[in-house]
Order: sequence, then structure tokens, then C-alpha cells
Amino acid sequence: MNTIPVEHSLLLAAMLFVIGLIGVLSRRNVILMLMSVEIMLNAAGMAFVVAGSRWVQPDGQVMFIFILSMAAAEVSVGLALILQMFHINKSIDTKSLGKLHD
Amino acid sequence: MLIVFYLAAIVAIISTILAVTRSNAVHSLLYLIVSFLASAVVFFVLGAHFIAALEVIVYAGAIMVLFVFVIMMLNVGSETERPDKKWLSPKTWVGPAILALVLFCELAYVVLSKESIPGSEAIVTPKEVGISLFTQYLLGIEIAAVMLMSGIIGAYHLAQIKKKSKHRFLGGEE
Amino acid sequence: MIDYLWLVPALPFLGFLVLTFFGKKLTKNAISFVGAGSVGLAALLTIIIGIQFLLSPPDGNFFNQKLWTWMNVGGMSPSIAFHLDALSLIFIFVITFVGFLIHVYSTEYMREDEGFARFLSFMNLFVGSMLVLILADNLALMYLGWEGVGLCSFLLIGFWYKEPANAAAARKAFIVTRVGDTAMALGLFLLIVNFNTLNIQDILHTAPTQWTAGNSTAVWIAFLLLGGAVGKSAQLPLQTWLPDAMAGPSPVSALIHAATMVTAGVYLIARNHVLFELAPSAMSAVAIIGAATLLMAGFAAIVQNDIKRVLAYSTISQIGYMFLALGVGAWSAGIFHFMIHAFFKALLFLGAGAVIHALHHEQNMFKMGGLRKELPIVFWTFLAGSAALAALPLISAGFYSKDAILWYAWSSNKGSLILWAAAFFGAFVTSIYTFRMVFLTFWGKMKTHVHIHLGNAMQIPLIVLAVLSLLGGFIETPHSLGHITIFSSFLNPVLPEVQLNHGGEFTEIILQILTALTGFLGIYLAWHFWYKKPAMVYNFKQTGLGTGLYKLWLSGWAFDWVYDTLFVKPFIKLSQINKDDIVDQLNIGLAGLVNWLHSVIKKTQNGNIRWYATGIAIGLVITLTIVLFL
Repeated sequence: MNTIPVEHSLLLAAMLFVIGLIGVLSRRNVILMLMSVEIMLNAAGMAFVVAGSRWVQPDGQVMFIFILSMAAAEVSVGLALILQMFHINKSIDTKSLGKLHD
Repeated sequence: MLIVFYLAAIVAIISTILAVTRSNAVHSLLYLIVSFLASAVVFFVLGAHFIAALEVIVYAGAIMVLFVFVIMMLNVGSETERPDKKWLSPKTWVGPAILALVLFCELAYVVLSKESIPGSEAIVTPKEVGISLFTQYLLGIEIAAVMLMSGIIGAYHLAQIKKKSKHRFLGGEE
Repeated sequence: MIDYLWLVPALPFLGFLVLTFFGKKLTKNAISFVGAGSVGLAALLTIIIGIQFLLSPPDGNFFNQKLWTWMNVGGMSPSIAFHLDALSLIFIFVITFVGFLIHVYSTEYMREDEGFARFLSFMNLFVGSMLVLILADNLALMYLGWEGVGLCSFLLIGFWYKEPANAAAARKAFIVTRVGDTAMALGLFLLIVNFNTLNIQDILHTAPTQWTAGNSTAVWIAFLLLGGAVGKSAQLPLQTWLPDAMAGPSPVSALIHAATMVTAGVYLIARNHVLFELAPSAMSAVAIIGAATLLMAGFAAIVQNDIKRVLAYSTISQIGYMFLALGVGAWSAGIFHFMIHAFFKALLFLGAGAVIHALHHEQNMFKMGGLRKELPIVFWTFLAGSAALAALPLISAGFYSKDAILWYAWSSNKGSLILWAAAFFGAFVTSIYTFRMVFLTFWGKMKTHVHIHLGNAMQIPLIVLAVLSLLGGFIETPHSLGHITIFSSFLNPVLPEVQLNHGGEFTEIILQILTALTGFLGIYLAWHFWYKKPAMVYNFKQTGLGTGLYKLWLSGWAFDWVYDTLFVKPFIKLSQINKDDIVDQLNIGLAGLVNWLHSVIKKTQNGNIRWYATGIAIGLVITLTIVLFL
């Protein structure tokens, strides 16, 4: 098996993370922001897996599993909140959320 | 294997970029699934077979299905196009893009500043992961379980559409 | 019996406690009994202790009784201890004995007042504090008594506090004496720094070994102590509070502002005479202050209308004499005059109080007159007191005490012709204002009717004090008249004898005759101007010079006006400038800064979720940059 350089896989994770960040920062659609957050979480998990496989330790994969379960919980609660938000505001634009400031 | 890795990586990056830039939510969702599948390939190549399977089942399967449900329920496919149509104007994305670029440069600097380290040949088997998970990280598993439980309950509770009953202090506004 | 010395101050304190806690429940007779009885017992005990002290003097001519250690701080441990020697014995005798008479007098004078119990309790507290002041064997305890009497003075001047003017007078007395007390406290600090003790005897013994005469530290200490003495004894330039202090009831004026408290300054200087001898400039300052004060107050007394203000200025003037005596080193003469002055001035104040009482609170002498027949006992005793104050030769005690001061002002090695002339002229002025008061009050036509006839409780103290004012002088007479030296030889172990520079019996007799003649001349002038031909004075008052002098002297040489312009008004002005409190501005500025920062940061909380996410991302970049590159 040809070994894959660790830097390359880490750079891939960093690339995905940064794209997800751009998505979070520039989209106004809450659903798409949530998706971008998923991308970032996935990228972070990928970095763990890469590190785990480099040192041949199971910890990296264990961390990925934790991140996975957290992402699942987060998405279910987040989507429920989006439903509620849409119900109240009839919109999923983040602009409609800024009602608390004076 | 190297070629598979680089191919999957390119697919992942391109599909992710597309997922982030689409104005139609359903389109970006589909691109996102492709991105996750490509990531699963990367995991497989890295030797984390179990994780690759989980990526496909949980991320590309379960979580994305949740998104699909919500988009269907809200029926916002066409409506949401309007606000995000404008996002292609540089004003909205140049700032975040520069910020992200700086961050990426720093991350790349971290990764590349050290000497090149070859990857390992050995494979971490699912068995090892399972043993580690249920011995060393048992407490973490318990906590994750509790978190998932609370996530389910919270989602159920939050998603309930109740009758219009605002807080008594806000009642006068309606 | 001498072992019961501690009871002397303890008894008045006990009386104070009883009257304070049970005063409202006791009957008037019981209040009188407790109030006067506690001081009476103290006086009796003092006399017994005094007799024992005279018959079998203890070792070293002093008796020290240590009760307990007051505190133990930084290597200094002042104790609650009493030191009895000739000097303090004379003082506590005068305080308890005259105090007792005044208490008896007040049981009738103040009986109808609603604050009768309060009055007697304050008086008892005063007597107790004064005894602590005198008996204290260290300066810390003395300072406690010193401030205690200051407090009582404040409380009793403002006794009728419902009148705003009385409360103002009380505050004035308190604040002005505080100026002197601050100086005294600084002096005590200097003493602690130099000797690490405040025990008076220790200081008096070590000071001459440590310093030579004229040492600058000694001079500083002496001047600072003098500051305290000047404030308490109402000497120049802190005399302004005493005339206003007459707002208190007459017994208060008699006890506190004539007989005892105001002479605390004299006691302080006499007690620390060694320190003053080490500081010749301070000694001269004492003499000069005394001479200037006695003249200043004498002239002010001539024009006063209020009988109690005349007596107040005369008190200032007589204490000036005591200071003069101390200043020229005639220690025992000063103390002798203190004792005689306590007798006759208490008598005069009580007599004036009786007149005021009988005339229903009339204090203006021009509205009195012809009381000779109506109040015979008051008249005769008042005349005896006046004779002592004006130093009528041979028959009055005042003559012997004042003559001694005049003689030493001339003959002492620290005395001079100028000091003698000031004292001599002061004696002349004294006889004028004294008999002006007598003629205006007791002769002439009756202008106000007598309301009340006086009971025994008021008359007997007057008679006792009158006898003492006339006969008390025979325990110390000059060379020309028998040369009795009971008093000065009794004081000799404590206070050194006066050093004579030039003298001679012939000069002494000449000076005595001169003094006697001027005294009679003063009486004649008073009779002429205020009884025979009052129109002369009236006409003089109409001239420009007369009006000016009258106004100047009536206001006590306008010291109040000077202090008002120099200190009070600038202070009020400064307060008005600082009304908004400069320090406060700092705090307000701080609050404003925080407010401004808040308004800046508030803008970041705009409710835009992308803005927050950007904030997190920027933070991440900055943190990473710092970690990587710095």
C-alpha cells in the first residue's frame, strides 16, 4: 500500500474546514449555515482520523465517533429550532432573527 | 491507492465548494452528500474502514435525510432563493473569503513547516477501536449517549408547533 | 486614707452613671442628693487625703497609685495611674471643693429646669474628667481627661440647645479649642518620638539630661504644648470662644469657664515646667501672651453690657495674669493666683447667676440697678468677690496673689519693666471694669423687679466663697506684710522657686503702694463715670473715636471678624467651589468612561448571527497568529 503523506490529508481537512467557514460566514439561509457547520465538523473529524492512522492509535477514530454523535444531536436540535423559527417568522433568513438588539 | 486518495480529495473539495455556493437548498444538499461520500473514500484509503462506513451511514444517510425532511416540510426551495441570490455579489463573500484564506494559510503553515512525515502502513482495525471505546472511553460513550438522548427529547420538544400562546408579557402586542 | 485616692475621680463618675441611667426615675431631691453628694464626698475625701499628705508627707513628697495598664502598644504602655503631689493636690482640692459648692448652688438654680438630671450628670462627668486630667501620671491619660472636659464644656454650653445661638456657641468653643488640642497632640507625638514614654515624671527627669536649654526639639515641644494650653485657657489668639461660652447656665460658667477647666492650660504648663525651662523662647512667649491677653481682655471688659460677658473677659484677663506668672518663672505665684481666682471668680459668676435668676433671666447690666437692698447677701458677697478681683489691698485675697505676680514680673530674672507695666496697667483696668459692674448692678435706680427670693442652697455657697475670697490670701504674703510662705513652700518640692534678678524690699513696697493707689483710682473713676455722671460716658460714646473704640472693644478687639474673614469665609468659599467635589469628578469620569466603552461595544451586539460567527473566526485567526508567530 502506497503511503499517503500526512500533510496532504491534513491539508484536505483544512481545505474542507475553510470552505465550511466561508459558508457559515457568507450564507444567510439558516439551513445552509447548518450544513456548512456539518462540513466543518466533518473536516475536524477527518483531521483526527488522519492523526490516528498516522500513529496507529484507535483514539483518532474514537474522537470521530464522538464528533459524529455530537453532530447528530446538534443537527436534530438545530433543525427543530429552524422549524420553530420558520413557524414564528415565516422566514429562514438570519436577518429576521436580529430582534433582540435595541 | 494514492491516485484514489487524490481523486477523492478533489471530488470532495469541488463538491463542497458547490454545496456552499448553490442558492437552491436542495442542490447544495445533494452536493453535500457527494462531498460526504468522497470523504468516506478518503477514510477508507486512510485505513479507517469502520469510520468510512459510519460516514456513509450516519452523515450521508441519517443526517442528510433530516435535512431533506426539513426542507420538504418548510417547502422553501423556491422562496429561499430570493435572499441568497444576492450572495454572489462580492460584497458578501469577499470579507469571509479573505478571512478564510488567512486561516487556511496559517493551517497550511502549521502542516508544512515540519518535515514531511510518511503515513503509516498499519491499519487500526474496528476491533481495536471498539475495545478502546468501551474501556478507555467508556465515560465518554455514556456522556455521548446522554447527549443524544437529550438531543432527541430537545428536538421533539422544540419542534412541537403549539397554539399561538405568547408569553404573557408579550401578549399585548398581537 | 491616701490609698483611696482613686475614689476621688471615681465618685463623680459614679454619680454621672447613676444620673444618666436613672435620672428620669429619681425625684428632684434624689437627683440633687446624688449630684451634689458625689462631688461632696469627693471633696471630703480630698480634704482628708490632703490633711494626711500635709501631716505625714509620703516619700519624695508624692504618691503614685497605679490602677491598671491602659494599653500596651509599640513599646509604650500608658497606665491608668494617679500621681498626687503638692501641685495636683491643690488643683483637686479646688476642683472638688469649689465644684461641690457650685453643685449645691445648682441644685436650687437649675431645679425647675426640665433637664435637671441631665445637667447634674454632665457636671459630675466634668468634675470626674477634670480630676483625671489633674491626677494623670502620664500625658496620654491627661489628654483623655483634657478631651473629656472639652466634651463636657461643649455639652454644657449647649445645654439649652433648643436656642440655635447656644448650639452655635457650643460648636465654636469645641472647634476653637480643637485647634489648640491638635497642637498639643503633635507635642505629645514629639515627646513619644523622643522619650518613648508619656510618663510625666520620667520625661521631667530625663529631659534635662538629654537636652540643653534652647534645644530646638524642646522648643518645638514647649510651643506645641503651649498651643494646647492657649486653646484651653482662652488666651490670645484662641480666646474668642470663651465670651460666647457664657451661653451656658451660670453654674457652668462658674465651674468650667472660670474656676477649673480654663485653668487646665496653666496646669499643663506648670506640670511640664521642666520642658518650658529648657525652652526659654517658649517661656517668653508664655509671658508675652499672658501680658497681651490680660490687657486686651481688660479693655474689652470695660464696654460689655452683659454681666456674664464682663466676667468672661475678666476671666481671660486673670488667666493672662497666671500665664504671665508662669512665663517669668514664678510658678507658685501663678498657681496661687489660680486658686484665689477660682474662689472669687466662681463667687462672682454665682453672684451674677443669682442676680440673673432673681431678675428672671435679665443679663443686661443697664437694665439692673439698685439691687443692694433687695439682695443683700448677694450684694455683700459680690462685693467681696469684686474686691478680690480688683485686688483691694490688705483685705482681699486677690491682692496678695496679684501683687506677687506683679512683683515677680518686675523682679524675676525673666521679668522686665514692660511686663510689669502691662500687668500694672491691667490691674488698673481691672478695677475700673469690676466696679463699673458693681455700680451698675447694685447702685442707682431699680429698673427691673426682683421676682424670686433665694434659698439657702444658693446663698451658703456664696458666703463660703466670699470668706475664702477675703481670707484665702493670708497663706502667702509678701515680704512687707509678714512674709508668710505656707503656699510656696508647700509647692516647693514640685515647682522650683523663682529666680530673682533685682529686688529689694524698698522697691517692693513702692510698687505695692503704686498698685494699691491705682486700684483705688480705678474705683473712683468707675464711680465717677457710671454712677455720678453717666452722661460723660454717654457723650464720649457719641464721638467718632468713642464709637469706634466702643465697637472694637465690644466685639473683643474684632477677633471674631478677623477669623471670620481669614478662615471661615475662605473656607466657605472653597467649599462652594468644591461643591461638586473634585474627587467625585474622578469617579463620575470613570463611570462616564465605562459608559462610553459600553456604547462602543454595544454596537457589536447587533443581533446578526453572521456577525457573531465572524467574530469567532477573527478570534480564531488572531489566536492562531499569536500562537504561531509570536
